[in-house]
Amino acid sequence: METLKLSALPEQSKQQPINHGRFEAYVDNGGTVMAVAGKDYCVIAGDTRMSDGGYGIQTRHYTKVFQLTNKCVLATSGMQADTIALQKRLKLMLETYQKEHGKPMSTPAIAQFLSNTLYYKRFFPYYTFNLVAGVDEKGEGWIWTYDAVGSHERVKYSSQGSGNQLVIPLLDNQVAKRNQQIIQGNGDVSCDQVVSFVKDAITSAGERDIYTGDFADIVVVDKDGVRWEKFELKLD
Amino acid sequence: MYRNQYDSDITTFSPSGRIHQVEYAMEAVKQGGAAVALKSKQYAVLVSLKRSSSELGSYQKKIFVVDDHVGIAISGLTADARMLCNYMRNECANYNYVYENQMRVERLVTKVADKHQVHTQRYGRRPYGVGLLVAGFDQLGAHIYQTCPSGNFYDYKSISIGSRSQSAKTYLEKHFESFEESSLEQLIIHGLRALRETIPNTDDGLNSKNVSIGIVGENQKFKIIEDEAAQQYLNLLENEEPVEMQTN
Repeated sequence: METLKLSALPEQSKQQPINHGRFEAYVDNGGTVMAVAGKDYCVIAGDTRMSDGGYGIQTRHYTKVFQLTNKCVLATSGMQADTIALQKRLKLMLETYQKEHGKPMSTPAIAQFLSNTLYYKRFFPYYTFNLVAGVDEKGEGWIWTYDAVGSHERVKYSSQGSGNQLVIPLLDNQVAKRNQQIIQGNGDVSCDQVVSFVKDAITSAGERDIYTGDFADIVVVDKDGVRWEKFELKLD
Repeated sequence: MYRNQYDSDITTFSPSGRIHQVEYAMEAVKQGGAAVALKSKQYAVLVSLKRSSSELGSYQKKIFVVDDHVGIAISGLTADARMLCNYMRNECANYNYVYENQMRVERLVTKVADKHQVHTQRYGRRPYGVGLLVAGFDQLGAHIYQTCPSGNFYDYKSISIGSRSQSAKTYLEKHFESFEESSLEQLIIHGLRALRETIPNTDDGLNSKNVSIGIVGENQKFKIIEDEAAQQYLNLLENEEPVEMQTN
């Protein structure tokens, strides 16, 4: 019978430091935002669910759409802490601009300024995925879409956030009339039609994406100002 | 003011315990265009006389927005006033950013006064040659403050600074007891009447080009009323009987 050999304990030549795990600076609180520009208006929607990055819900009432001026709103998905920090920075700058120039910052100027602000933190970015939507001085509808470090593009429609992949193909098909076998509908759509369509889009995103739901803010921006509407989504 | 050997340096006291440079700075304030400030329980009002360098020129801006709840009227060196105005705007904006709350007026005025004081003590920096009338509304109600190049500041029920302001002060002393319960419109009319006292008889009098009004209150963000908008108050002024001043 073979004797069991006891092997010596492995030598601890050095004390190993206890591995706590790295500090994680970012968390994705989820949610979807989207915007569609018409000829002289913009419709923006954002859900109000905030998750903890996993399966939990932290609140059902966190608004992702932030009004910057009478003619411009900012919709942001991503990390809530960075979103709020970014909104505060922008608000401060907008108020300073208003006092120095005697007029509010124009929507295209805000779009550029946001890009600069985001790039400023190129090496420790704001974990935010932004949409700027508004009307310019002439009353024409504009939307810009951003990545986390400020790359931006002016577009007719866009979406960002966890439900982005679900909403964007729908917008491509219905707003830009792409990928249609039989092209339906004529060019001009009214604001109410767009609002109705946006409600459908965010409801659909809420059905399939677990991070999107609870309530949605539907915001319309035109030359007369900014109108808000709360719309119910499913709570599951 | 007599020139003497103790007045060339800000860091030199005179034998009588005065710093002449500071007093000369206050002279600059006295030379500026008149400004009047008065308050009721719910509103604080600034009324000021704008000057222009010539017929061809525009009228110098006298009232500035500092924040939603604070505004200032200036008298003295306009360039210095702009620096102070920017400083005040920055302080208010930063306070709001950090505390998500509006800065109390006295706190803001204290900061401005401290800034003035630095320039009365450090070598190589002259005092700011401008006096401010600060009108604000916060949790404690309506406020009127005056700041001086000396670094002092004063809390007032109503006050006037600038050239020929003594006449306005006399009017205010006569009527100030009624301000507390006055409506906004009555306050503005009182302010305009006080301001009218400071105009020499040879001049045109008050018109929409040379008058600037600033108002702030509980539900009223600081707003400047000028040009056409000021005309309605000037009309109310014209329709009244002239006020009898006490003559000695």
